[in-house]
Amino acid sequence: MSSANSTDIATLERGLHASGGSADRAFRSTAYLAGGLVLLVLGLVTYTMVNRSTDAWSHMGLDFFTSRTWNPPEQFYGILSYVFGTVYTACIALAISVPLSLGIALFITQVAPRWLQRTMTYVIDLLAVVPSVVFGLWGVLVLSVHIKGFYKWMSSTFDGVPVLGSVFGPNPQGRSFFTAGIILAVMITPIIVSLSREVIQTTPQNEKEAALALGATRWEMIRGAVLPHSKGGLVGAVMLGLGRAMGETIAVALVIGSATGRIGLNVFAGGNSMPAVITAEWGEADALKKSALIAMAVTLFVMTILVNVIATTVVNRSMKKTRGV
Amino acid sequence: MSVAVDQFDTEHLAIDLRTKRSWRSIKSHVMVSLMFLAFIVILIPLIAVIGTVVSKGAGIVFRDFPAWFTKGIPGRTRVVGPGMGPAIIGTLVITGAASLLAIPLGILGAVYLHEYGRQSKPAKVVRFLANVMTGVPSIVMGLFVYVVFTLRFGLSGVGGSLALACLMLPVVIRSTEEMLRLVPDDLREASYALGTRKGRTVLTIVLPSALPGVVSGCLLAVARAAGETAPLLFTIGLITKKANLNIFSGANTTLSAQIFRNAGEVLPGPQERGWGAAFTLVAIAFLFTIIARLVTSAYQKRR
Repeated sequence: MSSANSTDIATLERGLHASGGSADRAFRSTAYLAGGLVLLVLGLVTYTMVNRSTDAWSHMGLDFFTSRTWNPPEQFYGILSYVFGTVYTACIALAISVPLSLGIALFITQVAPRWLQRTMTYVIDLLAVVPSVVFGLWGVLVLSVHIKGFYKWMSSTFDGVPVLGSVFGPNPQGRSFFTAGIILAVMITPIIVSLSREVIQTTPQNEKEAALALGATRWEMIRGAVLPHSKGGLVGAVMLGLGRAMGETIAVALVIGSATGRIGLNVFAGGNSMPAVITAEWGEADALKKSALIAMAVTLFVMTILVNVIATTVVNRSMKKTRGV
Repeated sequence: MSVAVDQFDTEHLAIDLRTKRSWRSIKSHVMVSLMFLAFIVILIPLIAVIGTVVSKGAGIVFRDFPAWFTKGIPGRTRVVGPGMGPAIIGTLVITGAASLLAIPLGILGAVYLHEYGRQSKPAKVVRFLANVMTGVPSIVMGLFVYVVFTLRFGLSGVGGSLALACLMLPVVIRSTEEMLRLVPDDLREASYALGTRKGRTVLTIVLPSALPGVVSGCLLAVARAAGETAPLLFTIGLITKKANLNIFSGANTTLSAQIFRNAGEVLPGPQERGWGAAFTLVAIAFLFTIIARLVTSAYQKRR
């Protein structure tokens, strides 16, 4: 309906305003410029960052990506372990956050009465308002101290069990991949919830009613009508959460444990992630190291942009399909 | 319309459907309970974080009341006691300057997207990129501003504002476009029928009627920007504790930067100040959010 209207008004405007006054033209150009600003900023980010990192690329070659050795005194910069840390913490965050977020989104949209819907949405949105550095402060001074006992218990419980034994491995640290994963999970949950809610709400009412009329229980209605309908959009929502988790800096820098070269399944070991390394090592970096850190930022930029582009495309496509535009 | 099904008058049916408790309905109840449990689980960290921030931070902020806001940050880490004035000023000034940059440009960008570009190719590209730009990590924006600005002009508050503005811009564009979409085309048509030009229609009819939504979206963007830390490390520096009202030159400091610094300290003085700064920052962010909510609900009531 809205699309039909907007075509109408676009045609109307074309007929009416073929030649506007000078004030009108000035306003239009300003608006166009502001729109172009997005292109300009993104273009500049790509160009200047790649430009600034060429020293590191040419100095390290492919070793930059394939080596886990990060040794500034020897001028050797391999970021593999940091890429691993970034992806691993983000995956832990998703493993925790996705079931929670989907559950909350489904409860808000399909089960809760109206007053509860609004309250729950406010509460979830509060999580998004708490600054990341505050989560970091809490993570490093409270969570990482108190959760160590739980880690020790997990580690000894799963000791010797095939795969789980190495995931919940020995020598648990308070500041570790898992602590970073927990903090990230809390931070990305409001994002995934709000996107999932939007996606879920596009499910046509009559399909849900049809399911209920056939005698489906509420859960069967969700499984049969809501989930198949919003699958694509939910995948997109989760991927946007993944992108956020990979780019999150300050909270992770404080709780991940800052250990170099660590690649392994043990979630209770300390490690490091790309943004955390950039934050921690920027201060005392010489020219080549700064270049290497910017090259790391370019890597992070490309990874998050890729995830975001795919996610946005997936969401747009599923929205288009459901809205029938 | 599940409500209607719930309210269906089962009392007067020949057969009482409610007595047939099959495993299917049990399963449904279990799943619904799990969903609610998910909400309870996520409440735990929320309450824990806010509870700790309030219990540890409110004490130091209000202990000797105005001192926290007026005194400077103690130079030595051994010193226990208040003083976060410079950081509070820094946060307000730097976020304010970022808002002055990002909000007008963002609103204009949204006007381009929804009033001029509409479904044209370039508008679609800009819309897509604005979406993608919201996902650019804040640390990347910080390094970007470092490369194009700080390298030439040195550490300054403006550098931080530029980085924050880059982060706010796509958020403002997206939320404003969403609000412009809610303005009915009838209003535009009525304005054209009176012979008003397009630019004037946008400025005097479309934007004012979308204003409450736009304001609330912008306030939320400001609340988020005030809490950003990573992009500030490269652009305003992390060392200074002095107040610097001149944002155009010299290192600066913000609440978020002070929290980050103090989070790594082991002595009680800095840790206390870290919690105090966290309390202040959360209070500022919540204040903006609450105002945004009030604006929205006042507007909805008026309708």
